[in-house]
Amino acid sequence: MNIVCCLARVPDTTTRIAVAADGRNPDLANAQWIINPYDEYALEAAVQLREAVGGEVCAVHVGPVDFQKDLRAALAKGADKAVQLQTDSPLGPHSIAALIAAQCGKPDVVFLGKQSVDGDVGGTGAFLAHLLGVPVISRVSHLNIQDGRFTAQREIEGAVETIEGSLPAVFTLDKGVNEPRRAGLKEIMAAKKKPLDVLKVAALPARLEALKLELPQARKSGRIVGTGAAAVAELVRVLRDEAKAI
Amino acid sequence: MAHGILVVLENRGGVLKHASLAALGEAARLAPAVGGGVTALLLGPGAEALAEDAGPRGADRVLTMQGIERWSTEAAANAVVAALRSVDAAFVFVSATTQGRDLAPAVAARLDAAYLADCTQLSAHAGTLHAQRPVYAGKAMLSTRPMAEPAVFSLRPGAFDAWSGPATAGTVSALHHTPAATDFSAVVTAIAAASSGAKDVAEADIVVSGGRGLGSAEGFKALEDLAAVLGAAVGASRAVVDLGWRPHSEQVGQTGKVVAPKLYIACGISGAIQHLAGMTTSKVIVAINKDAEAPIFKVADYGIVGDVAEVLPALTAALRQALAQR
Ligand SMILES: Cc1cc2nc3c(=O)[nH]c(=O)nc-3n(C[C@H](O)[C@H](O)[C@H](O)COP(=O)(O)OP(=O)(O)OC[C@H]3O[C@@H](n4cnc5c(N)ncnc54)[C@H](O)[C@@H]3O)c2cc1C
Ligand SMILES: Nc1ncnc2c1ncn2[C@@H]1O[C@H](COP(=O)(O)O)[C@@H](O)[C@H]1O
Repeated sequence: MNIVCCLARVPDTTTRIAVAADGRNPDLANAQWIINPYDEYALEAAVQLREAVGGEVCAVHVGPVDFQKDLRAALAKGADKAVQLQTDSPLGPHSIAALIAAQCGKPDVVFLGKQSVDGDVGGTGAFLAHLLGVPVISRVSHLNIQDGRFTAQREIEGAVETIEGSLPAVFTLDKGVNEPRRAGLKEIMAAKKKPLDVLKVAALPARLEALKLELPQARKSGRIVGTGAAAVAELVRVLRDEAKAI
Repeated sequence: MAHGILVVLENRGGVLKHASLAALGEAARLAPAVGGGVTALLLGPGAEALAEDAGPRGADRVLTMQGIERWSTEAAANAVVAALRSVDAAFVFVSATTQGRDLAPAVAARLDAAYLADCTQLSAHAGTLHAQRPVYAGKAMLSTRPMAEPAVFSLRPGAFDAWSGPATAGTVSALHHTPAATDFSAVVTAIAAASSGAKDVAEADIVVSGGRGLGSAEGFKALEDLAAVLGAAVGASRAVVDLGWRPHSEQVGQTGKVVAPKLYIACGISGAIQHLAGMTTSKVIVAINKDAEAPIFKVADYGIVGDVAEVLPALTAALRQALAQR
C-alpha cells in the first residue's frame, strides 16, 4: 500500500507570540520548532497501517526551512522515505496540497493532522483530497482500515459520528486515534540509511494577504477572594452581584 | 461579475443550528456594503420545512436543494458549488461547527478559492471582505483578506449574532442537484449522542474544568456535582486527559477545544500556556488552586486559594442555595 503522511512545522506550543516589526506577521525568531502535534498521530497511523498491510510510508513536508532533523525523526519512527519540498514562496493549504499531490503519485491513503496549531486552519486535507479525487474524512479520533474499506469516527457537537467508505481516502487525525511511539536507538541508527530528499519546487501564488496581527487584550488582574471553604460565600456573592455571571 | 453572499445553513436531522442563523445574520449586516444580496442554502431532507423559518432572518432568497439523502462531505460540497454557480455569489459563509469546518475547505478546494477559517469578525471594504481570525489558538488575532473571489469563510459559533432587523423577503425556491455516484465513497452511517445529556464544552455558557489537582478520575465527581448545579459543561486539562481520567472531547486548550463561555471555573489547573490559549477569552474566570503562585491566578478574575476537595463541595452547596433563592 502506498501511504503518505504530511508533516507541518510549527512553533512549540509554549511559544509566546509577539508581533513582528511589520505589524502583520509573528516574530518567531526565538521560537523552538516542532512537528505539528497532530501530525505525530498521522505518522503513527501511517506506520501502523504499513505494519498491518505492507507497502511504503512516505513522509512529506513542504516549507522553506531545513527540516531534515525532524524528517529523520519520522524515519526513525517508521516512515520508509521522506521528502521536503522546498520553496521560499508564502504557502497556504491550496499550494501545499498542490505540491504534495504533484509529488506523491496515486497514494492509497494519506494521513494529515486535523490542523496545524499555528494557523489553526484545517484546510490542507480537503484541498489535497479534491486534487487526488478522493474523499476526505476529517478530525478522525478512531479509525479502522481493513480490506480496502474503513470505518472512522469523529466527535461532532454532543455526538459521535461514524463514517464508512472505501480507499483511496485522505484522513485528518485528531488526538485519541493512536499513541505515537518513540524511536529506540536501533531505529534512530537505521533511519540514517533511509532515503531523504530535498527538492526545490515552485509554489502557487498566495490567496490571502495578511493585514494586521494583534495580541488579544491582556486580562486585567483579578483578586483572590479568600482561602479555603470559608471563601466560598464571598465568591458566590461576587459572581452574583459584581460579575453577574450566575 | 459575481456578487452577493451565499450562506450554507446547517441542517442536522431537521434542526437549524443557531450558529447558522448567526452566519446568516452577519451576511445580512454586510450585504448593503458588499452588494448582491444574501442567499441562504438548505441541503437535504427537511430543507423545505426550515426554509420558511430561516427566510425572514436575513435572507433575500432561500434555496432548498434535494438529492442528498445521505450525508457525505463530497456530495454536500459539490451541491454548494452548484448553488454558488446558480446564484453567482462572490462569498460563501458557513458556520465553523465540526460539519462546517469539514465542508468549507472542501467547497474552497472545488472553487479553487481562498479559505478563511473560524473568523471572529468580518467587515466590508470596497466591495470585498476582511476577516479577523484567531491564530495560535487565540494567542494572537490575524486580520486578513482574500486576494480574489470567490472566497469561503467559516464563522466561529458564538462570535456573531442572528439577524435582529426587520424580516427579510426570504423568497424560497427549490433547486435540484443530482449527486454523482462517486460523491458517496465515504458516507456518514451513524450518529450516536455522546454520554447522556452531557453538554459540549465548546457550546456551554458555563464551563467547570478540572486538572490534575482533582487527584483522580473519582475526584471529578465533585466537579460533576458543581456542573449539575450550574447547568455547566465539564472541561479538563490535557494532563487529566492524558491520564485517562477524562475523555479528549473535554480537553480545553491549544490542542483541545477553544472555549469562550460566560463563566469558566478552573479547579486544580495550573494554567499552562497551552491551557490558557483555550480559555482566556472567557468572560469571567474563577480559579481554585491550592498554590497561590499558580499561573492560572494571573488570568482569573476571582480566585480561591485552597484544596479542591474542601472548596468544591462547599461551593456546590452554596451555589445550590443561592440559585434556589431565585
Ligand atoms: C504540544 C502540547 C500541547 C498541549 N496542549 C494542551 C491543551 O490543549 N490543554 C491543556 O490543558 N494542556 C495542554 N498541554 C499541557 C500543558 O503544558 C500542561 O501540562 C497541562 O495543562 C497541565 O495540566 P494541569 O494543570 O491539570 O496539571 P498540573 O500542571 O500538574 O497542575 C495541577 C495544579 O493543581 C493544583 N493542585 C494540586 N492539588 C490540588 C488540590 N488538592 N486542590 C487545589 N489545587 C490543587 C496544583 O497547585 C497545580 O497548580 C500541552 C502540552 C504540549 C507539550
Ligand atoms: N507545510 C506543510 N507540509 C506538509 N504538510 C502540511 C503542511 N502544512 C500543513 N500540512 C498538513 O496539513 C494538516 C492541516 O494543516 P492546516 O490546513 O494548515 O491546518 C497538518 O496537520 C499537516 O498534516
